[in-house]
Amino acid sequence: MSELDTLGVLGYLEQHKNKSLLRVLACGSVDDGKSTLIGRLLHDSQQLYDDHLAALRNDQKGVNADGDLELAMLVDGLQAEREQGITIDVAYRYFSTTVRKFILVDSPGHEQYTRNMVTGASHADIAILLIDSRYGVQIQTRRHATLCALLGIRNIAVAVNKMDIIDWSEQRFREIEADVHSLAKRVGISDATVFPVSALKGDNVVTKSEVSPWYDGPALLPFLERVQIIKDAGSLTRFPVQYVNRPDLDYRGFSGTISSGTLRVGDSVTVYPNLRTSTIVGIDTFDGPLSEAFAGDAITVVLKDEVDISRGDWLVATGQGATVTTSAAAEIVWFDPEELKLGTAYDLKLATSIVPVRVKWIDYRIDVNTGEHHPALTLKMNDIAAVSLELEQALPLDTYDSHPGTGSFILIDRLTNATVAAGLIRQVGAADTSLDAGGATTGISAEEIALNKLIREKYPHWQAIDVSVFQGEGI
Amino acid sequence: MSVIRTHIQQLEAEAIHIMREVAAEFKKPVMLYSIGKDSGVLLHLAQKAFAPGRIPFPLLHVDTTWKFKEMYAFREEITQKYDLDLLIHRNPDGVAMGINPFVHGSAKHTDIMKTVGLKQALSKYGFDAAFGGARRDEEKSRAKERVYSFRDRNHRWDPKNQRPELWNIYNGEVNDGESIRVFPLSNWTELDIWVYILQENIPMVPLYFAAERPVVERDGVLIMVNDDRMELLPGEEVHHEMVRFRTLGCYPLTGAVRSNATTLEAVVEETLRARTSERQGRVIDDDQAGMEKKKREGYF
Repeated sequence: MSELDTLGVLGYLEQHKNKSLLRVLACGSVDDGKSTLIGRLLHDSQQLYDDHLAALRNDQKGVNADGDLELAMLVDGLQAEREQGITIDVAYRYFSTTVRKFILVDSPGHEQYTRNMVTGASHADIAILLIDSRYGVQIQTRRHATLCALLGIRNIAVAVNKMDIIDWSEQRFREIEADVHSLAKRVGISDATVFPVSALKGDNVVTKSEVSPWYDGPALLPFLERVQIIKDAGSLTRFPVQYVNRPDLDYRGFSGTISSGTLRVGDSVTVYPNLRTSTIVGIDTFDGPLSEAFAGDAITVVLKDEVDISRGDWLVATGQGATVTTSAAAEIVWFDPEELKLGTAYDLKLATSIVPVRVKWIDYRIDVNTGEHHPALTLKMNDIAAVSLELEQALPLDTYDSHPGTGSFILIDRLTNATVAAGLIRQVGAADTSLDAGGATTGISAEEIALNKLIREKYPHWQAIDVSVFQGEGI
Repeated sequence: MSVIRTHIQQLEAEAIHIMREVAAEFKKPVMLYSIGKDSGVLLHLAQKAFAPGRIPFPLLHVDTTWKFKEMYAFREEITQKYDLDLLIHRNPDGVAMGINPFVHGSAKHTDIMKTVGLKQALSKYGFDAAFGGARRDEEKSRAKERVYSFRDRNHRWDPKNQRPELWNIYNGEVNDGESIRVFPLSNWTELDIWVYILQENIPMVPLYFAAERPVVERDGVLIMVNDDRMELLPGEEVHHEMVRFRTLGCYPLTGAVRSNATTLEAVVEETLRARTSERQGRVIDDDQAGMEKKKREGYF
């Protein structure tokens, strides 16, 4: 608490208030020592209270044969997993240093829990991947890297753990490091940094250790304090309307969180899907009006004209249009014990819209261990696949890569209400021509688009490209 | 372009997003109001989410009849000041049987007045979503709870059967009779709560600040003598001490800590220097197998 002494309480709070936030996914299997690593981060950054530690010491499993605290026990929460000795769900831990606040998303490494890892990855800016130094890059390492890449994580920190067991062999570490870099390149992760650590002993986790003089990089935590995140909300302005705020006849505001881009008073905006335009005359918050607001801000927008807008509509900066469509190509991760039923309606929730959707066909299933594509007629729990979607009602869509907030969705079973899948839009389908009254120009006729759509639907093996993506570009 | 927001700004925006989502998708939401500091933050965020309008749902206080007098007074003050639509529910069965934590113990009292009382109130009004101020950093089993925590018709929570939650997309689909508990402060830590209270100047019950109060030391816990329902055991003596409370609940079940922190600043400083977690003052946690069991049964 020396920071508190130096800064005084108000200074300390001011410092805390201004910290940035980093959401970190921790992946690796039980045997890699992931829970121990997290316990170590919490313990060594002094985030553990005395009564938590006392409870651990009083627990017969809380201390190992050497008398060291079983730090993993601090992390494994629910009774069921303590009985089985494995982590079965996603857990969230919080700690902060003087620079950043961290949310550690702890997800399990077992293959059957792909769904949990995908869930965790959707909340993360960066991932820590654990590797056991004795075994190096394994199939599950590839799986973790693939899932991170799928969810758009572009930074990974790879902790080569249990270096103490292999006597801190630099040669072994360099081999693993090279394997990691080639893996990262294959799966599409642009920034992979590799650390030699011992979570059990605490080496190179919070502070640099003397046991590895050959290692000239930082310890893991100082790295996480400074790393610049590549992931981005997207360049075009998207504001999905959540809630129409109408306290009286004189006020009509559209509340929501800016998904990407910027809104400014005076900007012209187009309403999707009805394509009416208006001008922003106010950006309101409880703390007073703003002149501009950015991605992630929760605000209320007031428009100049009386435009019919309801929940689910988007406000888009005029000229930064989205395609309104009933079809899309997507990658989905199946979560439910019940298999996917082709042609059956599920509810798709994307941003603030819910519409019925059918999976028309499965293009291929992706083997997450090898990256290979396989034909598939259905999907089982934890399967990942490229599919074609048909929406019952036209929606504006973006691709996940360009705009994750308006390119991601969940599927809900209409009977059980279970969240049965998560999905990422990979390609937006042909524009719904019935909505073209807005005057979008295209070099491709509606008939051509329809024919192209038919061909892609009926003869996917011809691999015809989707010509609708050129719409509005005037080819 | 985008700007980097501080984590407090991000947490605030996230909580507001969650509240608007629930208000838009559920038929009959309610906000649980426990009068404590987390409730105060939750209430403040609700005002932010719906300004310039009023909060579009009522608040519900599940009253065990054993809260501190100062808490009841504060509740009335806040209700008037912010023009809130506040519902108060007391379990009539518990009131009829004269439930008394001193006599019946904390487990029975908490179950009847809090857990059963809450379920009664939710069923009575037909609420399909109930906001609570719980945070994931409070307790181990909370660390895995979702922001939307699904409850079946019997208000039960099944930790093995939680809906996956991705991005900021929440599945709010429920059948009749089912409901969710919603935790907009899930990602906040205790430190964040204090920073926010200070930053936003959120009013708090005076009990959080140290003052001379009448206390009795019982089983190693300092219990404040709040009214004449507390009977002294042989050998016990009421004495006055400078104490305050780190959490607030039913007065017979809430331990005071010795403190000289009379200002918000001093309270926060004391909290930061504390090396014991905030729930330790609660008799209730030690009494049972743990929070997970209580939650399965419908406790918040």
